[in-house]
Amino acid sequence: MNKEHSLNKKTDYTGSKQGMWMFLFTELLLFTGMFLLYSVFRSRYQQEFHAASSELSRTIGTLNTVILLTSSLTMALSVNAIRKDKNKISLIFQGLTVFFGLFFLANKFFEWSAKIHHGIYPNSPGLLAHGKGETMFYGLYYLMTGIHGLHVLAGIVLLLIMMVLTKKGSLNSDSFVRLENSGLYWHLVDVIWVYLFPVFYLIS
Amino acid sequence: MTGAQREMSFYESGNGHTGILSWVLSTDHKRIGLLYLFSMFSFFFVAVILGLLMRLELIAPGPSIMTAESYNAMFTVHGVIMIFLFIIPGIPAGLGNFMLPLQIGARDMAFPRINLMSWWFYMTGAIVIIVSLFTGGGPPDTGWTFYVPYSIRTGTNVTLAVFGVFLLGISSTLTGLNLVTTIHRLRAPGLKWFRMPLFVWSLYATGWVQILATPVLGITLLLLMMERLFGFGFFDPARGGDPLLFEHLFWIYSHPAVYIMILPAMGIVTEIIPVFARRTIFGYKAIAFSSLSIASVGYLVWGHHMFTSGMSDISRVIFSFLTFIVAVPSGIKVFNWIASMYKGSIKLSSPLLFTVSFIFLFSLGGLTGLIIGALATNIFVHGTYFIVAHFHYMMFGGTAFAFFAGIHYWFPKIFGKMYREKPAITSCIVLFAGFNVLYFPMFILGLEGMPRRYYDYLPRFHTGHLISTVGSWILAAGLMIMFYNLIRSIFIGEVAGSNPWGGSTLEWTTSSPPPHENFTEIPVVTEGPYRFRK
Ligand SMILES: [Cu+2]
Repeated sequence: MNKEHSLNKKTDYTGSKQGMWMFLFTELLLFTGMFLLYSVFRSRYQQEFHAASSELSRTIGTLNTVILLTSSLTMALSVNAIRKDKNKISLIFQGLTVFFGLFFLANKFFEWSAKIHHGIYPNSPGLLAHGKGETMFYGLYYLMTGIHGLHVLAGIVLLLIMMVLTKKGSLNSDSFVRLENSGLYWHLVDVIWVYLFPVFYLIS
Repeated sequence: MTGAQREMSFYESGNGHTGILSWVLSTDHKRIGLLYLFSMFSFFFVAVILGLLMRLELIAPGPSIMTAESYNAMFTVHGVIMIFLFIIPGIPAGLGNFMLPLQIGARDMAFPRINLMSWWFYMTGAIVIIVSLFTGGGPPDTGWTFYVPYSIRTGTNVTLAVFGVFLLGISSTLTGLNLVTTIHRLRAPGLKWFRMPLFVWSLYATGWVQILATPVLGITLLLLMMERLFGFGFFDPARGGDPLLFEHLFWIYSHPAVYIMILPAMGIVTEIIPVFARRTIFGYKAIAFSSLSIASVGYLVWGHHMFTSGMSDISRVIFSFLTFIVAVPSGIKVFNWIASMYKGSIKLSSPLLFTVSFIFLFSLGGLTGLIIGALATNIFVHGTYFIVAHFHYMMFGGTAFAFFAGIHYWFPKIFGKMYREKPAITSCIVLFAGFNVLYFPMFILGLEGMPRRYYDYLPRFHTGHLISTVGSWILAAGLMIMFYNLIRSIFIGEVAGSNPWGGSTLEWTTSSPPPHENFTEIPVVTEGPYRFRK
């Protein structure tokens, strides 16, 4: 039944991919918990969420969305390149992906610091004075974009490792599942942002 | 048996490291399984001692040996260790790790290095929890459920302890991921899904629960830590939050978690019964599918922990109904086990005796579970010892007894030695007696209104508490006999053959203890499990 058996092979391509997909699912569930909180509080504080959302910068939000989507493209191109034995080009695309990731984080950093500068951060007197709904909105904002940012950071570290491996030649057209899995991870982080963007920036 | 050309076992063949490093750096699933078993039972003993001290405190009304504060810390630490360090990793990461590749004819797990990493996560989590007991504000005193708002306000070291549990969650997820992928990818040629041993089926269901539920625990604990560190206010009504959300999130994980604990236990029982009744299992597919349906319906019943917390009547009725539904597959299993023994040529050896004790205690726990799952009676007993009794019948009488059964069953395979049968039987009887003396009075105490988690009680509850405390000593004696017998036999037990019980699953076809990569030649499977010669 099972044509070529995975038992005696050193690396099992399908197995690695399957494991990675399941891991991605656990990441998704982690965020589901937070989206659950979001939906409860949003239904409870409709008005306040609208008001608070209008104070976020749509420009930076849109810019960051474009950056991440582009980074997904370069990520996919890097996997494509390594499949075709073009390690150099793959390396360049990996580097570009890392660059876009850092660009995203830099934007996030300026966005956060502006807000913190205005006295809007969890447990700040400024935020608490805005009332319950806005406290919840900004709490969720910091929580979810914060944890998402950590995931971007993890993705960057992962890709840096992949760059070293590509350079050393241990990633190549015969064995690229690790790069492909890193790509999957990167895309997941991207997809999560695609949901975070509208629920925080576009609801006013 | 295989004396003449006995192969080198995995203990003897090296792996490039020596001494302790050959264990803590090994990616061999057998060594990792043993690492898990050894570390889990060490923690188990600490928690047993805490339990004994708590029972001693409750021997008479009024303070006996400790203060109320230390009592609170003790039942918290007892719970945290038993749940997160012993019974959740318990069977899947210990026996499952060791037996799964052997039972499906594989050389190792799908991701050996992730397997080792999960043990390291486990140990790091354990160490963080231990550190949390002696630093900061002292051991947490919230109960193992870490309910808000108290867990946010208390000055004890909750943040660190919760971080430790978070790490244990990662470890558990990685184990689940490994179990599921291994079963998908590494079955021996010819081992179709419905030819798999039922222990493998139960591990498969368990693995999925670990993957799908544990992340929710992760985020819950993360939120609790953030709340303590930054004060988001998600669970604080004064800031717009809601403490009920914590309970929901917590039980969305922690109800499925009881299936992480009980499903593999059921799997062990299903392995043992056919071997000692010399009959094939009754209702193979029903048992396999009941594991899967427990795992899936089990996601939708978490609300039954919150009947008294404040929920709409509609949702309470639905949660209660689903709770009754999820009891059905467990009932199916019990009837299948009994039917499998019917007209078998039963040999009441120690593994089977533990198994039969399991069936009895598990059934009692299960039936009382229905009393708790029904709305009207739940309101009456929710805050009482009735819950404590039910829970321990399921977790100790259920999971731990099956765990002991599995350890006795696979002991000759793991160590290549045989334990002495008489002390094993004695320990089982003493454990069974002690267990019932310890926990049965709690049912009655609960019905009479003895509240749980209390440090002190009214004089009219004295008799019940006294009996229960005496039971805890009998239980401890049983544990001592059992572990003395087992540990002694590791060193000076008689050599066991490769198949002392006449088992028919693949692990019995290789030598005991198994060689480094389990099988000299990967077996080819042509029929289902549990076929015995007439
Ligand atoms: Cu439950």
